[in-house]
Amino acid sequence: MGETILRMEGIEKRFPGVHALQNCHFDLKGGEVHALLGENGAGKSTLMKVLTGVHKKDGGRIVFMGEELGALSTQKTQAMGISMIHQELNLMPHLSAAQNIFIGREPRIGGVFTDEKRLNREAMRLFQMLGLGLDPRVRVADITVAKQQMVEIAKALSFESKVLIMDEPTAALTAREIEELFKIIRDLKARGVGIVYISHRMEELMEITDRITVMRDGAHIKTVETASVTTGELIHMMVGRTIFEQAKESGSAKREVALEVRGLNTRVLKDISFTLHRGEILGFAGLMGAGRTEVARAIFGADTITSGEILIKDRLVRIASPKDAVRCGIGYLSEDRKRYGLALSMTVEENTVLASMKSFSRVGFIRFRETAKTAADYVSMLKTKTPGIRQAVRNLSGGNQQKVIIAKWLVRDCDILIFDEPTRGIDIGAKSEIYKLLSELAAGGKSIIMISSELPEILRMSDRVAVMCEGRITKILDIKEANQETIMEYATQREEKQQSAKEN
Amino acid sequence: MKDKEMTAQQILKPSRVFSGQAIQKILAFLTLIVMIVFFSVASPNFFVSDNIISILLATCVNGLLALGVTFVIITGGIDLSIGTVMTFASVMAGVVVTSLGAPLWLGVLVAVVTGGVIGSITGLLVAYLRIPAFIATLGIMMITKGLSLVVSGASPIYFPAEYKEIAVGSLVGKVIPGFSLQNGVLIFFVMAILAGVILNRTILGRYNFAIGSNTEATRLSGVNVAGWLTAIHTLSGIFCGIAGVVMSSRLGSAQPALGQGYELEAIAAVVIGGTSLSGGQGTISGTVIGAFIMSVLTNGLRIMGVKQEWQTVTIGIVVILAVFIDIYRRKKQR
Repeated sequence: MGETILRMEGIEKRFPGVHALQNCHFDLKGGEVHALLGENGAGKSTLMKVLTGVHKKDGGRIVFMGEELGALSTQKTQAMGISMIHQELNLMPHLSAAQNIFIGREPRIGGVFTDEKRLNREAMRLFQMLGLGLDPRVRVADITVAKQQMVEIAKALSFESKVLIMDEPTAALTAREIEELFKIIRDLKARGVGIVYISHRMEELMEITDRITVMRDGAHIKTVETASVTTGELIHMMVGRTIFEQAKESGSAKREVALEVRGLNTRVLKDISFTLHRGEILGFAGLMGAGRTEVARAIFGADTITSGEILIKDRLVRIASPKDAVRCGIGYLSEDRKRYGLALSMTVEENTVLASMKSFSRVGFIRFRETAKTAADYVSMLKTKTPGIRQAVRNLSGGNQQKVIIAKWLVRDCDILIFDEPTRGIDIGAKSEIYKLLSELAAGGKSIIMISSELPEILRMSDRVAVMCEGRITKILDIKEANQETIMEYATQREEKQQSAKEN
Repeated sequence: MKDKEMTAQQILKPSRVFSGQAIQKILAFLTLIVMIVFFSVASPNFFVSDNIISILLATCVNGLLALGVTFVIITGGIDLSIGTVMTFASVMAGVVVTSLGAPLWLGVLVAVVTGGVIGSITGLLVAYLRIPAFIATLGIMMITKGLSLVVSGASPIYFPAEYKEIAVGSLVGKVIPGFSLQNGVLIFFVMAILAGVILNRTILGRYNFAIGSNTEATRLSGVNVAGWLTAIHTLSGIFCGIAGVVMSSRLGSAQPALGQGYELEAIAAVVIGGTSLSGGQGTISGTVIGAFIMSVLTNGLRIMGVKQEWQTVTIGIVVILAVFIDIYRRKKQR
C-alpha cells in the first residue's frame, strides 16, 4: 500500500437543527480500499459529500496530495482527481456510454463539431483498461445497472482519479456482477487508486477492504484493519449505544390474528410470510433497501403482487389497489408524509375526513357540521396542536401533521395501521407523544405494523420484530430475544449465508 | 472472459440494432407511405404533379417551424411563441423593405435576426430567470402578436413583386430545366439537413440531448446548461425568422394577424415524428416526416371532399394516436 494521499481532519458540518458531522477524521492511502461503515444517518455520505464539494464544511481541514484544499466544488474536485459514484447514478440515459463519459469535455473538430470517432475510441480504451466488453455507442438506458456503474467508473478513470468514492456500489448488483466489480476494484488498487467503499454488507467489506472506519451519529468511532476485526465487533461498534430502552412485555401470542400474509412475492420481495395480532405492534427492521416499505406497499395494494395470499381476520381477501386495502380496513402512513399522506394546502378538517368523504356527504353535498365536529373530536383526542381545525396542514409541525394523518385513518375505521418511519423528521419531544399514541392505539385493539430504521424505536415499541434483508424476512424475533446486535446480524444476513446456515 | 478477446475494431464495427426510436421513425414513415398510397387510390387528383407541388409548398412553413422547435422539445421544453415570432419577423422585414426602402436581402436578414433575438430573449427567460417555458413562451406569444400589429399598423404590408421569387421562384429549375422545385421547398430541405447536422454532429446538439435526458447530471458534468439552453432557443428563433421569410414571400405580403395556431401544428408535427415531449429523444428526420404527414393528411382529405372542420378533427385524432403509440411503446420497453 502506498502513501497517504488524502487526510480529513476535524471535519464539522451542521445542517439546520442537526450536527451532522462532529470532529470527523478520515485518511486514505493510494492503492487502498477503505470502507466507511455505519447505520443509516451515521454521516458517511455527508462526509464524502463534504470531500467532493457537494456540501461545504463548517470546520476542519482536507489535505489531498500534500496540499490543503480550500473551497470546493464538484467540478473542481473531479478535475483534481476525486470522483464519487453516487447510489443514484448520474447519467444521461438517452446518450451513449461514450457520450456520457466525455460530457462537457468532448473532443471537437473545428471547435464546433463533436469528434465521435475519437470519442468512441477513447471510451473503448477506457473499457479495455477495465476489461469491459461494452460498445461505447450503446445507449445507457439500454444497459444493466451494473454496466451503467462501469460507465461511471470509466468516467472517473478518464479524469485520472486518484480517489474514487463508491456509495453502496453493490446495492443493485447480482452476485456475478459483484464479482466483476471486485475484479475491477482490485485492478484499480493495483494502479494505486485509493477507494472509499461505503456499504452495509459485512461479508463484502471483509472480502474487498483493507481498512474499515466506523461512524456513528456523525462522529468517528474507530478505524481498524479489516484483517484484525470480526463482523460481530464491527456491528457492536456500529450500534454501540449503551442506553437500552426498556423492552416491553409481550403478550400478543394469545390474541386473535388480525392479518396474515402467506408466501407473498413481488418484483423485489421473496416469500414474505408473517402474522399480525389484534392489539400488537409488529416492528419491521432492516437496512435501507431491505424491502420493508415494499412489504407495506404490497399489502396496501400499491405494488403488484405476483403470488401469495393475504388474510384478514382469517378471511382470504384480494387487494389489487389501495382502494381495496382501505375497504379491508388497512391504513398506510407513508414515510413521505408531505407527498403521500397529506393535502398540504388543505385544512386539518379537510384532511381528517378526506378518506371518508362518502360517510360525510348526502347526495354529493358535504355535511360541514359533521366534518367540523369529527375533526374537532380527533384534535382533542390525539392532542393535536393546531390553532384550529381550519388551519392549513402546511403550517403544523411534523408531529402534528402525523397526528392529522392518524386521525384520517381512524375516521376511516381502519383496524390495521401501517406506519412507515412514523417519527422521521419529527423532533424528540413530539416523538415520545407519537410513541404514546401508538401504544394507546394498540391497547385499544388496533393492529400496527411499524417500519423503522431506528433500532431504539423498534426495540421500544414492538411486541415482535420482523427483520428483513434483500427482500426476505430473515427472522421474526420476539421482543425478549431482540436487541441491537441480533437485529443487525439478521439485517445483514444475505441469502447465500442463510442457506449455508440452514445446511449446517 | 470472452468479451476481453474482442478487439476494439470488432466492437466498433457498425451494428444495426433497431432502437425504439428507430421503430417509431419507421412507423411514421410507413404511415406516410400508406397515406400517400391510400389517397392516390382514393382520388385521381392526388398523385399528380400540381398537387404534389402544393403539398410540398404547404409543408415548408410548418416544417421550418417544426425543425426549430424540435431542438427546444428535445431539451424537455416547449415554445408556444414560434407562430407569432414568425409573423413578427416577417412584419419587421416588411417594414424595413417598404417603409425604409431597404434592399430585399436586408429585409431577409432583418427577419432572421429578429427571430434570433426574440428566441434568445425566450432563452434568457427560461434558462436564467427560470420562468416555466409554457408561461414564458405564452407571454412572448402575446407580446410578439401585439408588436406585429403595432409595427404594421394592423394592416398587411405588401412586398415588391421580386420578393415572391425568394420562395416561389425556382433555382433548381434554372439548373435542371423542367424540374421547377420551388425555392421555399428547397430552403426547407436545406435547413432540414443543416438541422440534422447541428443536432447530431455538433456540441450544441450533444448538450441538447444531454439537457433533455438529465439536466442535473449535465450541470454536474460542468456544462453551462443555461447558456446552451439560451443558444438552443436562439436557434429555434432563427428558424422562425426563416419561416417568416418563406411565408411572407409566398403570400407576397406580411400578414400581421396571421401566425397564431401555427405553433401547435408545428409541435404536432414534431410529436408525430417521434420526438418525446419529456425530452432527451428526437430526430430531425422524424420531424420532417411528421410535417409531411400533417400536410398530406390535410391535402388528401380536402381532395376527397372532406370538409375543413373534419380535416381538423382528423388531425387531432392522428396527434393523439401518435403520442399514444409512443407512450405504449415506452411502457413495453420497460
